[in-house]
Amino acid sequence: MTAVEAATGQAAAAIRRKPQRGVISDGSTRRSRTVRYLLLLLFLLFILTPVYVVVIGSFKTSSDTTAAAQWSLPETWTLEPWRKAWDVLQPYMVRSLSLAIPAAIISSLIGSANGFVLARWRFPGANLVFALILFGMFIPYQAVMLPLRTTFQELDVTRGVPTLIIAHVIYGIPICTLIFRNYYATIVPNEIIESARVDGAGLIQTYLRIILPISISGFVVTLIWQFTSVWNDFLFALFLTQQNNGPVTLGLAALAGGQKVDYAASMAGALITSIPTLLVYIVLGRWFIGGLMAGALKG
Amino acid sequence: MHGRIRTWGPGALVLLPTVLLLGYFVYGLIAWTFNTSLTDRHTARRGGPVDYVGFENYANLFGEERFLNSLKNLGVLTVSFIVGTLIFGVIWALLLEKGVTGEGVFRSVFLFPMAISMIASGVVWGWLLNPSQGDDARGLNRLFSILQLNFLENPWWTAGSRWTTMMAIALPAVWQLSGYIMALFLAGFRGIPPELREAARVDGASEFKLYRHVLFPQLSPIALSALIILGHMSLKLFDLIYAITGPNQFRTEVPSIYMWNTLLRGDMAKAAAIAIVLLAVVAVLVIPYVAYTVRQESEE
Repeated sequence: MTAVEAATGQAAAAIRRKPQRGVISDGSTRRSRTVRYLLLLLFLLFILTPVYVVVIGSFKTSSDTTAAAQWSLPETWTLEPWRKAWDVLQPYMVRSLSLAIPAAIISSLIGSANGFVLARWRFPGANLVFALILFGMFIPYQAVMLPLRTTFQELDVTRGVPTLIIAHVIYGIPICTLIFRNYYATIVPNEIIESARVDGAGLIQTYLRIILPISISGFVVTLIWQFTSVWNDFLFALFLTQQNNGPVTLGLAALAGGQKVDYAASMAGALITSIPTLLVYIVLGRWFIGGLMAGALKG
Repeated sequence: MHGRIRTWGPGALVLLPTVLLLGYFVYGLIAWTFNTSLTDRHTARRGGPVDYVGFENYANLFGEERFLNSLKNLGVLTVSFIVGTLIFGVIWALLLEKGVTGEGVFRSVFLFPMAISMIASGVVWGWLLNPSQGDDARGLNRLFSILQLNFLENPWWTAGSRWTTMMAIALPAVWQLSGYIMALFLAGFRGIPPELREAARVDGASEFKLYRHVLFPQLSPIALSALIILGHMSLKLFDLIYAITGPNQFRTEVPSIYMWNTLLRGDMAKAAAIAIVLLAVVAVLVIPYVAYTVRQESEE
């Protein structure tokens, strides 16, 4: 299974496939099962340690954030850090939302059309095009960032949200195309396309009537993936926007960086900015894994 | 001929906008960056006379202590990050693959850091990796002293050798991405037909031999993917270092950060040259993989 195949979502299903009963009991004694549990709990603690710190830290008063008290629960619980962080971050949150949602939708639509053609309506040279698209997914964006800024200036695109939408749509096309290509290659039998062709249906008809209605789970995967990666992006934000028009990662970096940092407010800020993607992860986790398989290809 | 164009023409037409967009915004802009890297545009001002200086900017970079430092940092970071992530990810997959009660909870928790931005996790890890020790200890050092594990207290990335410095930077990245490797390998284990295990057991293979000779060889394509994915992520790592140490630390500077610092000073030609070196390093890793993947897919 290559990472590309993993993107089909078969992999996501394979994770949840329970091993057969017989396999479990074979070769694992009760003691080895206990050891396994203890190890898993230890690793669970490793993952949750930063979560503990950030959550309790976000409810502390400033006098309560001394070195000695860092790992203790707040002496008095306060919402002040949350209020403070929210006041700073609120405009950034609005910008990030108005940026991530359209960017995710547009690149998913383009990816769906591309993916269909590359999977089921191939043309000479399609492999080369696919390779060139795939490589676009891996490039370090530093290699395009300088002339990208110049291009946006020359095209006179409004700095801030519009610039970032365009950038994220364009550089999101490769991953969305890849996800949909693999999705269609798995779920749409060639015979259906062939018989549609015999009946004289053109590409657009075939796409709209046959493909689009069965694309919903593909769209869920790419929408989640794109939303998350746009929301979490910092590189494009840093190069293309400023504090007065930038997204939430830029706001958080400013809130938690610089000279006099408010510890509790930084912790609350880290939580506030993570809420949207965490909600997506909790509610739609099943599909999140599918996108992850393909999506983590992109850095 | 006409008929054939009628069948594949529309397909090519659908892809045309993508080809044009990526042609310009990926390949065109890379060419533009490369072009800038060959000039003496050491200023942010546009216009003005610009001369071509060949590969002078590259020669200067590779003769410069600071750039070589950033490359060495990157190498050490990449090795630490890949090794750490693979160890955690594979162990978690091994612990979970036979199925344990509450598996879904473990899986979800191990994976959740992937949903968080590296800026948010970097903000928290920046505090956890506080270098103070003893009575002033904060962050993880404080936790170590609470747990009576004082010998573990260390200055993290702020002092010590290149290896300990970059391993401290790799730790949050390992925390964030091991779950992904777990998911890849878990899918791999579950994709192996149960008959293979049964056959090996019937032949009297021990658990160790079963994994060593039967299961792991089946997973080598996944291991390759994991290696490429982790490698290219590590080479591009930027946000996490920016959030934890700030962009101005020589100790933790890697080319992606150095490029940003160079840009801030307005040296376009040098920033472009650093970006192209970074691209070249990533390309060496990724191009064979992309070629292999596409060839394999077209054979199917």
